[in-house]
Amino acid sequence: MQDLERNRKYNEYVTSKMAKTKPWPSLFHAFWVGGLICLLGELIKDSLMYFFPTMTADVAGVWESAILIFIASFLTGVGVYDRIGAYAGAGSIVPITGFSNSIASPAMEFKREGIIFGLCAKMFVIAGPVIVIGVIASIVAGILGLIF
Amino acid sequence: MLGQILIITTKMTSARILVSFLLLGVALEVFGVFETLREFAGSGVTVPIMGFGYSLAKGAMEGMAENGVIGMLAGGLTATAVGITVAVVSAFIFSLIFSSKTKK
Repeated sequence: MQDLERNRKYNEYVTSKMAKTKPWPSLFHAFWVGGLICLLGELIKDSLMYFFPTMTADVAGVWESAILIFIASFLTGVGVYDRIGAYAGAGSIVPITGFSNSIASPAMEFKREGIIFGLCAKMFVIAGPVIVIGVIASIVAGILGLIF
Repeated sequence: MLGQILIITTKMTSARILVSFLLLGVALEVFGVFETLREFAGSGVTVPIMGFGYSLAKGAMEGMAENGVIGMLAGGLTATAVGITVAVVSAFIFSLIFSSKTKK
């Protein structure tokens, strides 16, 4: 019974994310929001490199993703990111902020099932496959790198 | 960022979108295209999840070159450890602070 309830909630959640998808306007929305997020990232990176001249581009890049991830978690927390998601679709999912959102969002959703089995266990419901596939792919890449 | 055009028309779940873009990033890095893309577009390609796949692949390949098989196994996650850690920790903190809003 609880499963049914949960499935229903999940389906509602999915449809609430997908509801407004009309092909052309949403393409445009995705384009400019996604672009804006990347622009913000570039801005963070450039200003980091400007204020800390010793910082290399690689380190600044790591900071950049860390900051973007942090901001996105916060926005998910206050509920703003869901609204951005409804508007921009993939424009907010594909950037690293979407990865962060996909961790924070189920974590909040399942908090009511308890800290350990709800929050901590469900945290990776969307990000889990990403990390698993990523690790496997990185090993494949490493092997390919060895061959060539 | 441009790739959303492909994605929005297909009704995939966000996990699948993330995975396919991740694989795209890994593939681009393996074929060496990613570096040129990055020089041209900067954050335009590193901020999307492709950049995550790129660091995974790059970490693994560098690790392979430096420390052999152990380096390869460690490299991918080492390169992305900061991202994952920050994501997990901040998600944990914020989900403790904020409760889920009822959606519409």
